[in-house]
Amino acid sequence: MSAVIPVSHLQTLKMSIYRFDPSVDEKPYMQEIIVEVPADKDIMVLDALHLAKVKEPSLSYRRSCREGVCGSDGMNINGKNGLACITPLSEAVKRNKLTLRPMPGLPVVRDLIVDMKLFYDQLEKVQPYLITKSENPEKGRLQSPKEREQLDGLYECILCGCCSTACPSFWWNPDKFLGPAALLQSWRFIADSRDEATDERLDDLEDAFSLYRCHGIMNCVSVCPKGLNPTEAISNIRNKLISRKRQ
Amino acid sequence: MKVNEVINAKDLPVMEFDGIIIGGGGAGLRASLQLAKSGLNTAVISKVFPTRSHTVSAQGGITCAIQSDDPDDDWRWHMFDTVKGSDYIGDQDAIEYMCSEGPKAVFELEHMGLPFSRTDEGKIYQRPFGGQSKDYGKGGQATRTCAAADRTGHSLLHTLYQANLKAGTNFLNEWFAIDMVLNEDGAVVGVVAFEIESGEIFYIRSKATVLATGGAGRIYASTTNALINSGDGIGMALRAGLPVQDIEMWQFHPTGIHGAGTLVTEGCRGEGGYLLNKDGERFMERYAPNSKDLAGRDVVARSMALEIIEGRGCGPNKDHIFLRLDHLGPEVVHKRLPGITELSKTFAGVDPAVQPIPVVPTCHYMMGGVPTNVNGQVITVKDGEDIVVEGLYAAGEVACVSVHGGNRLGGNSLLDLVVFGRSAGLHIEESMKQGIDLKKASHDDIDKALVRLNKLNASTEGEQVSDLKDKMQQNMQNNFGVFRRGDLMEEGIKKLHDSREEVENMFLPDKSAVFNTARIEALEMQNLFEVAEATAVAANERKESRGAHARDDYPDRDDENWLKHSVYFSETKKVIKRKVNNKPKTVEAFQPTVRTY
Repeated sequence: MSAVIPVSHLQTLKMSIYRFDPSVDEKPYMQEIIVEVPADKDIMVLDALHLAKVKEPSLSYRRSCREGVCGSDGMNINGKNGLACITPLSEAVKRNKLTLRPMPGLPVVRDLIVDMKLFYDQLEKVQPYLITKSENPEKGRLQSPKEREQLDGLYECILCGCCSTACPSFWWNPDKFLGPAALLQSWRFIADSRDEATDERLDDLEDAFSLYRCHGIMNCVSVCPKGLNPTEAISNIRNKLISRKRQ
Repeated sequence: MKVNEVINAKDLPVMEFDGIIIGGGGAGLRASLQLAKSGLNTAVISKVFPTRSHTVSAQGGITCAIQSDDPDDDWRWHMFDTVKGSDYIGDQDAIEYMCSEGPKAVFELEHMGLPFSRTDEGKIYQRPFGGQSKDYGKGGQATRTCAAADRTGHSLLHTLYQANLKAGTNFLNEWFAIDMVLNEDGAVVGVVAFEIESGEIFYIRSKATVLATGGAGRIYASTTNALINSGDGIGMALRAGLPVQDIEMWQFHPTGIHGAGTLVTEGCRGEGGYLLNKDGERFMERYAPNSKDLAGRDVVARSMALEIIEGRGCGPNKDHIFLRLDHLGPEVVHKRLPGITELSKTFAGVDPAVQPIPVVPTCHYMMGGVPTNVNGQVITVKDGEDIVVEGLYAAGEVACVSVHGGNRLGGNSLLDLVVFGRSAGLHIEESMKQGIDLKKASHDDIDKALVRLNKLNASTEGEQVSDLKDKMQQNMQNNFGVFRRGDLMEEGIKKLHDSREEVENMFLPDKSAVFNTARIEALEMQNLFEVAEATAVAANERKESRGAHARDDYPDRDDENWLKHSVYFSETKKVIKRKVNNKPKTVEAFQPTVRTY
C-alpha cells in the first residue's frame, strides 16, 4: 500500500489464509488474521496481504511487480484464481471475508506458495522459443503488421499459472496434458510468421494427452488475469492439426 | 546444510562454475546467453523466476538508431542526445559503445523472436521519446525508440528467457545470494547463496561473477519499482569494500500513477499525449519551448513538481498533474498503449481513451551504481587510480558504466542492459579462453560472507523489518526527493546514521528454513539501507545541481568542481571524485554546454 496517501477511515477485514510450513506444521490449517483497511479507498488483495504479514511475519507468498505484469502472486482468492496485486478488495471480498488459498493442483511449498516445477516443465516441452532454419538477415526480419497482429493475445502471457491450475484436465494429468499456459505458448510460436518449425511443433502434439485432453471447460479463460484465451489457442492448434491431415 | 543453522565456512558445501550471474533480468539473461552459447559451465542465480524480474515492467521501448523510421538516423545523434541527457557526466567512451553497438544488439533480439510492433513495410516500429533529436539537436524531434506496443520490457525479458532455454542455460531459480566471497588478494571468487525453497545453503565458487541485480527504487516510499528492487548487488559491493558511483543520481519519472506509483510510459507523450495543470494549461510549453512534453525526464519531473508546489496541481488536494491521451482517439490508445489502458483502469479507475490519467513524478531509476568499464569489469579506485576488481563484473541498472550520468533518457535502460550484458559475457568468454585459474578462498574469507546471516538467525529481539523500512523510505522521500537542500539532507543523514545499528541487529521472528520470505526481506532491507545511506551522503556531498540532482541551495551546475563522478565507499562514508571519460574512440567528444530543451 502506498504510504503517501493519508487514510482517514479504517475498517476491519477478516482474512482467512491457508497456512502450512512443512518444517513446523503436521498439516495445513486456515488462519484468521484481522487487518485494518481503508474504508474510503479500494486497495488490492496484495496490499491486504502486506498488512497481514506485518502482523504475522511468517506468512509467505510470492510477489514482485505489484502491477499485474510479472505473474508472481497467482493465488486462489475466494475460490477463484487470480493475481493478488490487481484484484481489488471491492471485487474479491464477500460478506467482509477474504479467503486466500494457494493455487490448486500443484504441491504446496509453504502457505500460499506452490511448487511450479510441473508447470514450467510443461512449458519447456513446447519449445517456447523461435525456431528458424534460414540464415538470420543482417538486420531484423520483416513481418507485416497483419502478421504481427496474430501474436496479440498470445505474447502477453505472464506465466502466472492461474489458468493451468484452474484446469481439471491439468489436475488429472499434470505430467501428460500440457495445460492451457503451455499450449497458448505453443500457438504463439506456430502463429509467428517468423517461426519455421510448425510441422515439428504439431508432430509433438499429436498424442492423446498433450493437447487433446483439453475438454473445452474454459476455466482458463475465465480466470486469466490478462484476459487471454487459451481455449481459442488450443482450438486453433486442433484446426491446424486437422487441416494438415487433410492435405 | 540449512540456512537457519549456525553456519561455519568449513561445513559449507561447495558448488563450482566457470561463471555465475546474480540476477535474471535483462542484463543477467543477456550475459548468461553469451556464456551458455560459449559452452562454459555457467549458472544464473535469481531470487525470482527470471520472468518475474523488473525488466518485465519496462514499457515504452528500447532506443536505438536502427533507421526504421528515418533511413538517415545516425547513432552519433543518439550519442549526442545521451551525452546531453546525462548533463555531461556520462562517460563518452561507454555511450559511444552503447549507441554504435546498439543496432546489432537490437537485431539480435529480433532474431530471437522479440514480437516488436511493425511499420507498414514490416520493419521494427519506432516511436518518439524524450530528449531525442536529429542532427545533434539541430534537426528537431527524432523517432528512435523501438517498441513492442507498450510491453517492450515484458517482450524483451520473455524473449531472452526463451533464448536461454534454447541455449541450455543453467538456472538456479529462487536462490538468494547473501554476500560475495573475496580472497586475500581482493579477487571475487563467488558468493554464498541459498535455495529459498529448501533452505539449502552453499558456497558457489566461480572464476567470474556478474552482478546483474538491478535497481533499488524501494529506498523511496513512492516508486515505480517492483517490490524486489532492493539493491542487492549494491549492498554486496559496499559490504565488500567496493565503491558505488554517482549514486545520488535518482531519476524521478514524470508519470507514475498518483497514489499507486505504477509507471505510465513516456511513450504516451511520444504518441502525442501531453501534461496539463489544474487550469488546463500545457505548462511544459513554458519550461521547454522546443521539446515541450518530450524534454529530458529530469526537466519534465521538476516542472511538474514546481506546478504542484505553486498551487497549480489537479484534484481536490492539488497534488497531481493530468496526462491527457483522449485526443489521440481510442484506436491509437488501445493499439499502441494497451498496457497503459489496463494499468490506468486498475490503479486510477480511468480509461485513458476518455479521461486524463492523474500522475506525479515518482522514483524510477538509479543512474548510479557499481562503476565498470565498457567490458563490464568492476572498477575500484585506489590513490586516484582506477583498478579492475578481479573476477567481478556488473551490468544493467546495478552498474554505472556510465551511460546515463546525471539523467537517463527514456528507452536507454533496455539498450544499456542488452549491450553491456552482452559485452560482459563476451569479455568473460574471451578471458576464459586465455585461461583463468579458479582462485582459492580461505574459510575466513567465506565466513565474512556469512556474518549477517548468522546474526539474523541468532536474533532474539530488535526492530521489525517493516518498521525500519517504513522509516527509511519516508526519510528518503522527504529529504532526498526531486528537490534537495543541504540542511534537510544533513537531517536525513543523521536519521540514517541513527538507525544503522537497528538495521544490523534487526529481529527475525521466523527462523524456518522453508521459503522464508521474512528472512529474505530482512536481508533485502540491509541492502536497501546501504543504498539509502550511499545516496544520502553522495547527494549532500555534490554541491551543485546537475541532471536529476537539483539543489535549492546550489541551483547551478558547477563544471569547474563537479564535472566529475562521485565515488562513495561505505567503510569511510567518504566521497571522492573520479574523472568523466571524454575520449570516445571514433568521434570528437561533445563539450558541455548549457542544457536546454
